[in-house]
Amino acid sequence: MQKKRVGVLAVQGAFIEHEQAFERAGFEAVEIRQAADLDQHFDVLVFPGGESTVQRLLLNELGLVAPLWALIDAGIPVFATCAGLILLANEVDGECNPLGRLDISVKRNAYGRQLGSFSVTGPFAGRENVRMTFIRAPGIVRVGLGVEVLSTHQGQATGVRQGNIVGLAWHPELNEGETLLPDLMRNCAGHR
Amino acid sequence: MEDRSELNRNLAQMLKGGVIMDVTTPEQARIAEKAGACAVMALERIPADIRAAGGVSRMSDPAMIRGIQDAVSIPVMAKCRIGHIAEARILEAIEIDYIDESEVLSPADDVYHIDKRAFSVPFVCGARDLGEALRRIEEGASMIRTKGEPGTGDVVQAVRHMRKIQAEIRAVASLAEDELYEKAKQLGVPVAQLQYVHREGKLPVVNFAAGGVATPADAALMMILGAEGVFVGSGIFKSGDPAKRAAAIVQAVTNWQDAKLIAKLSENLGEAMVGINANEISLIMEQRGI
Repeated sequence: MQKKRVGVLAVQGAFIEHEQAFERAGFEAVEIRQAADLDQHFDVLVFPGGESTVQRLLLNELGLVAPLWALIDAGIPVFATCAGLILLANEVDGECNPLGRLDISVKRNAYGRQLGSFSVTGPFAGRENVRMTFIRAPGIVRVGLGVEVLSTHQGQATGVRQGNIVGLAWHPELNEGETLLPDLMRNCAGHR
Repeated sequence: MEDRSELNRNLAQMLKGGVIMDVTTPEQARIAEKAGACAVMALERIPADIRAAGGVSRMSDPAMIRGIQDAVSIPVMAKCRIGHIAEARILEAIEIDYIDESEVLSPADDVYHIDKRAFSVPFVCGARDLGEALRRIEEGASMIRTKGEPGTGDVVQAVRHMRKIQAEIRAVASLAEDELYEKAKQLGVPVAQLQYVHREGKLPVVNFAAGGVATPADAALMMILGAEGVFVGSGIFKSGDPAKRAAAIVQAVTNWQDAKLIAKLSENLGEAMVGINANEISLIMEQRGI
């Protein structure tokens, strides 16, 4: 059987960790660094953690926005974490994000600087005891009506799903990526 | 449950594939952020000016660092002198995102480095070879960078250090397990650190290039040699058009494999930092803190 192919946005950040997590689960991972990398079929798109300001800038300069967002709008399963979540949120720090595809509002660095980074264990999308690592993470301060909440911390959403997109404020690729990420994406594919 | 050293290594993972830029004012910090820096290093004088000014160079004024923290949303790093525990505590108190225990400043202690495990905030340290890198990691550094020769605009030392670290990693990976004890003795590092390198074929933490990077091609060269990201010190704000050069270096780090793109990025960048040859200088910073 042909391996499912994951396209991982690889302009900046922890993209290798995502590639490794998916590869260990039997997927083929391909790096997306420029528009020419999109001339192939993908089953899943991943927007990894990193610095959202850097990633947004590079997406623009490298001409990746139009082709990537066309895929998103066509319904490809998308997984976004941390910086990726910020890229896809409808509202960021009180400002409307034209690239938003998740009906949520996020606040960048909501938990403070690096000293505020933390790790907790809790339920996530029907699983128990999932380790969730937050690194200078964004906070999800508003969740729209059609958005399903997958995980919370102190009453605030930290993971959401809307249609073909799963977005997390924390980093599964650092801890439990191998099983969590592929499972998530299989679920997500069912939503198409 | 909470493991600071793990969380601190994780932040370095998020910086990968990025460029960390030296800045001396909030204005420069904003230029760097807009150009795509994944973090900024706040310091009073960039290495080239430290070199020119001579004398003792110390941690920056906390007010100046705060000004930079307020100006940008990306992580802010700052340097303390090697072995200067009090400077490091001050930087932790103002919630810096990363401390660079740096040979660029005048060392405060010529024997001991800071016990970085005693801190909650992460540290990055310079290294010229695998032994130095693993000693710093054992002391608690959660990120490593090559030392290079700062403030010269001459990339030769950074290349030498990156080549050496990578070659030593390959050599360790090829050893038999029972040979690691002797190797650890030779390198002056704990066996456990060496066992990690043997097993994984890489350092236990993220490894960036630093020292003398001045052009998009320099940055691409360091990525070709195995760097996971790049620090640019004097190279940006000592050049003719800092914003343009900074943006070009950021793109070169992402697409280091694409020579056509880097050719385009290298066009009309204006005056590069003049630079001095690393063998024409008398103050050798890379020999500090080994």
